[in-house]
Amino acid sequence: MEHHDVVIVGAGPAGVAAARTLRDAGIDRVVVLEREAEAGGVPRHCGHPSFGWSEFHRLLRGPAYAARLRQLVRDVEVRTDTTVTALHPDGRLSIRDPSGSASLQAGRVLLALGARETPRSARLVSGTRPSGAYTTGQLQQLVELDGLRPMRRAVVVGSEIVSLSAVMTLRQAGIEVAALVDEHPRPATWRSTAAYPWLLRIPTLFAVTDLAIEGGERVAAVTLRHRGLPRRIACDGVVFTGRFVPESAIVRSSHLEVAAGLHAPLVDAGFRASDPTFRVAGNALGRAETAGWAFREGAAAARAIAEELLAGRDPGPPPRGRVSWNGEIRLVVPQLLRDDEPTDAAPAAYVRRPVAGRLRVLADGEPLHERWVRAIPGRRIALPRSVLAPREVGDVRVELLPDPSPDRAHRPALS
Amino acid sequence: MGAEARSDRVDPRDPYDAIVIGAGVVGCAVARRFTLEGASVCLVERAPDLLCSSASKGNSAILHTGFDAPEGSLELACVRDGYREYLDVGDKLNLPVLETGAVVVAWRDEDLERLPAIVQRARANGIDDVRSLDPNELAEREPHLASGALGALLVPGEHVIDPWSAPYAYLLQAVSTGADVRFGETVVAASASEDGWCLTTTRGSIEGRVVLNCAGLFGDRVDRLAEIDTFEIRPRKGQFVVLDKSAAPLLRTIVLPVPTERTKGALLAPTVFGNLLVGPTAEDVDEREAPTVDERALRDLLAQARARLPALADHDVTAVFAGLRPATDQRDYRIDVHADRRWITVGGIRSTGLTGSLGIAAYVWRRFTDELAPAFDHPFTAVPNPPWPAVANLAEYRERDHQQPGSGPIVCHCEFVTRREIEAALTGPLPVRSLEALRRRTRAMLGRCQGFYCTGAVAAIAGDRILPVFDVGRERPA
Repeated sequence: MEHHDVVIVGAGPAGVAAARTLRDAGIDRVVVLEREAEAGGVPRHCGHPSFGWSEFHRLLRGPAYAARLRQLVRDVEVRTDTTVTALHPDGRLSIRDPSGSASLQAGRVLLALGARETPRSARLVSGTRPSGAYTTGQLQQLVELDGLRPMRRAVVVGSEIVSLSAVMTLRQAGIEVAALVDEHPRPATWRSTAAYPWLLRIPTLFAVTDLAIEGGERVAAVTLRHRGLPRRIACDGVVFTGRFVPESAIVRSSHLEVAAGLHAPLVDAGFRASDPTFRVAGNALGRAETAGWAFREGAAAARAIAEELLAGRDPGPPPRGRVSWNGEIRLVVPQLLRDDEPTDAAPAAYVRRPVAGRLRVLADGEPLHERWVRAIPGRRIALPRSVLAPREVGDVRVELLPDPSPDRAHRPALS
Repeated sequence: MGAEARSDRVDPRDPYDAIVIGAGVVGCAVARRFTLEGASVCLVERAPDLLCSSASKGNSAILHTGFDAPEGSLELACVRDGYREYLDVGDKLNLPVLETGAVVVAWRDEDLERLPAIVQRARANGIDDVRSLDPNELAEREPHLASGALGALLVPGEHVIDPWSAPYAYLLQAVSTGADVRFGETVVAASASEDGWCLTTTRGSIEGRVVLNCAGLFGDRVDRLAEIDTFEIRPRKGQFVVLDKSAAPLLRTIVLPVPTERTKGALLAPTVFGNLLVGPTAEDVDEREAPTVDERALRDLLAQARARLPALADHDVTAVFAGLRPATDQRDYRIDVHADRRWITVGGIRSTGLTGSLGIAAYVWRRFTDELAPAFDHPFTAVPNPPWPAVANLAEYRERDHQQPGSGPIVCHCEFVTRREIEAALTGPLPVRSLEALRRRTRAMLGRCQGFYCTGAVAAIAGDRILPVFDVGRERPA
């Protein structure tokens, strides 16, 4: 069986950054496994120039950025068309490639699996199921990789950052954007970027309910309710944007623990999973950040691995405690607390919907931190670093208690 | 273009012995049976491909024993014959059978009271291995089922099959033995001709001695082309939810509710593709194609499923779909032989058509030989040594292409579909002609990501026939 110091699963921004960092740190036997035919990840098909500023000091279109990523690791073994089919304890991996299946043994594994958008079916959208309903990822592949024009007039669903990316892709492809609609009452992303569709005079409808698709073979319209009134928007395509979920199926079926519902792998502040031989970085952690963020995170996780390997340290002790959260919170990172973890990491919480209210952090039931927050799904809510400090305390709980009235005055933090 | 395979008619201008209208699972089985028995057959289908429109594309994929079919019904006879023939020929055609068995579970007192009658009916129908399970035995067999079941029946012979490979395999064998098939052609008129019938279609005309109307959801309208007006199709919609493969370990048996008169009820079952399925609903609707899914109905199905299998709450939805059943006002199959008109109607095959199809085909052939064949000028002899083309395996419980060494790159990562599987579906005597058909022939794009990762790659491989679904025409400027 092949032995490697580090096996990286996924050659998107996080995986590539990790590979480069490990090699530069002197870790030689590094291999990156990528299941697609080409490395680069989601940026491969994202056509607008919003990539590469922090990594390469250029503003690049996605495909060019992906090419730079490949170039960055040209001296590293990157195996494409290679699928990891199972993860086993102590760093063993089952893989499959075009020639057959095999096993690899790794000293450490970094899972840089990425995330995907929630498609129409999992959203339980009513209506017929004609062709023409796509996620942003599909739309961008068809436009960017295949040079196709999958629709003439689109309705975009969602108001995350990726939703604006979808609008840009549509406009670039000469596709009219009939409307941008969202179930949330307010934009899920920063107000400044949310102004983009408004600037383009694209009608935006918030607090939309009962979205349904009409059409026989192709989409013919979207119907919905807005402010209690039924609306019908003629279109021949619908783009369902965002609601990213981690691409974590192989983690879920392994011995590694995942969060209920979201199925994001549980990690500590050093990116270590419940089995500390494995680390997770990038969007596989359960929140969709930019390529640049994933790149930096991959590098940070790799530095942690390199330091551990060069110092000859064991992967780490079992977790001393866990972080839990209430229903308003979608995810907290990290979720595992270990005594030997770094304390310079930045714990954060993420909400499901735009909400304002009191954020409370409890350590073993005792109040640790409290402040009023106005949160949107696209924004990290910083948590106090004291949450991570090695201590006797076992478990942490994060709760967000929504305000009953949306326009509550700001209250000072209690801590 | 309509596909035309080779035919063994002596002169291509001769009328076919039989024209089969409708390439659902029943039409494909009938075309196969008649072809194997030596008849020249043309199968005509309005949709551009197999499984684009019909009850055959969206059902629960169960191979029914007939344990609960009405006693003495034609449905029962066809289901039992179809079941046997499926197991026999399925092997040769490489069709899968996932031997799950089924449990009929009584959750309420009134259900429990119905169980003895179900056993009695099963035995009367010739299904002798139905037996009772007490709650402990049920829990042992299915430990993830919610507690609170009052009792159950085990029907060991109920199995799960691949609903899409079956019609494809039947048609492939028919075409390989000389049948012709025309896709994308709708029959719009029927007139009596010297030898039988001349059917006018949207692409031309077809002449045949006998017409076998297997048009399912449009069966009544096709009958009226021949001025036969004996029944009306009242479509009954069934919505389904497909759960992530992560849920598969939670259930290995089909779980059936105690049936009512109207419907067999919403079941919970494994699928051959490694998922769990819940459904169908039963709603009378007007539409005969493009059935809708409804968020409330889907959430209700999920709630029902989670009530039966609480651990399902932590598993995601992969897909949702709706099928339309060609129900009539009577429960039993409506197979009418209009011998004087040389027209056989196979109608109202409501919910057991997948299992019944081979039995229906054999039954229709028998009635044909008894009542219509004597009028033909030549006897029919079964084709000696017909080809038995094995279809590619899509079932998860047996080896799939990606597991073969050297099977090349994978394109669909959720369902582990190889590039060469997709390419194979685009070639051969019955290549796929639509994206929907490509998905059902290969499993590509049917997984949890629903094409998020592989749509671009599939579009690149798919070729001219399928590309239009991804491109409305004008190329964007470089």
